[in-house]
Amino acid sequence: MSERKVKVVGFCCERHGADAMVLSARMGKTHDASVRLVQVPCSGRVDGIHVLKALEDGADAVFVLGCLEKNCYYDTGSIEGRKRVNYVKSMLAEVGVEPERVEMFNTSSSNAWKFPDVVARMVEVAKRLGPIGSKGGGKQ
Amino acid sequence: MIVAERKPLGEIAEMVAPYKKVTVIGCRSCVAICLAGGEKEVKMLVSALKVRNKKDGKKQEIEGLVVERQCEKEWVKEVEDKIVGSDLVLSMACSLGAQTIGDMYPRKLVFPALNTKMFGVPEEQGVWSEKCIGCGNCIIHQTGGICPIARCAKSMLNGPCGGSANRKCEVNLEVDCAWAAIYDRLKLQNRLELIEQVMPAKDWSTGHSGGRRVITREDAKLTQHQKRGKEVFG
Repeated sequence: MSERKVKVVGFCCERHGADAMVLSARMGKTHDASVRLVQVPCSGRVDGIHVLKALEDGADAVFVLGCLEKNCYYDTGSIEGRKRVNYVKSMLAEVGVEPERVEMFNTSSSNAWKFPDVVARMVEVAKRLGPIGSKGGGKQ
Repeated sequence: MIVAERKPLGEIAEMVAPYKKVTVIGCRSCVAICLAGGEKEVKMLVSALKVRNKKDGKKQEIEGLVVERQCEKEWVKEVEDKIVGSDLVLSMACSLGAQTIGDMYPRKLVFPALNTKMFGVPEEQGVWSEKCIGCGNCIIHQTGGICPIARCAKSMLNGPCGGSANRKCEVNLEVDCAWAAIYDRLKLQNRLELIEQVMPAKDWSTGHSGGRRVITREDAKLTQHQKRGKEVFG
């Protein structure tokens, strides 16, 4: 039987996040193509509801990729993004779903090599936990 | 404004678990300002409950909507269809909103998703503090504009007490002494003589101790004739 394709959604800021994505490709790095990447103007634009909605609609794991915290194009956007991700993590814990399904990462375009690592890490989480509600998914 | 806080999600999930069709109703007034029950919070709660149901493999119809002011019948009436058509209404307003829906539709179950905490003000983004307890007899003109009933742990009218040290309260050293603040404010206003005036024991008959309080303004009330007209013409 073929292995189930994991569903990972990544919200990438259009500055360093998306740049890292493009540059990593130019460097010849590859990442799991099943990952759905959503480009946003800033990681601070990502709200908790976007992350929760992705999980509700079938994502196994969601990540937000923003600029480095002291080097954010919009100054504090990636700090806002992290706060929101942390809030969603706390909500997931409260409803008995693994908080590690949601993560925030920071990168810069000069650290483009990090992008495939971020994707690989979330794909690994999605594979390990499975879909929410599956035998392996969700705390019992 | 009224400041409220969402109940723990686990508690909410347990409350709603037995019901098939749940309508979550938020409010765009105080609880939206204190980030507890506005449009965004309703969406997030609905989504979180759906994720939980997904985890448990449970089918439940959950819908979220928001009214302008849940404590006013006219606004609640606008979503009557949704209320009547659901097994449970989960109110994301303060207790006043939840009770308004409950009074309007007494056969319907209306559960609170929020804990109504206090009359407070936003001190900074994400921080609210209590400044009034609604005692019904305001005295802040004598205390430099600071309410000792709400802000002093002992609600003292003549302070500070012996437990005040280094401008902090003995009840909790993180809490500022209200009477130290009152002293500073009166000093700033050149009205320090007020702090030496002994305030008599408070008349609490205006407070909650006498039971439920009702305020009536005869000039604003509708006559029977006007009420009938409103029923007919809306």
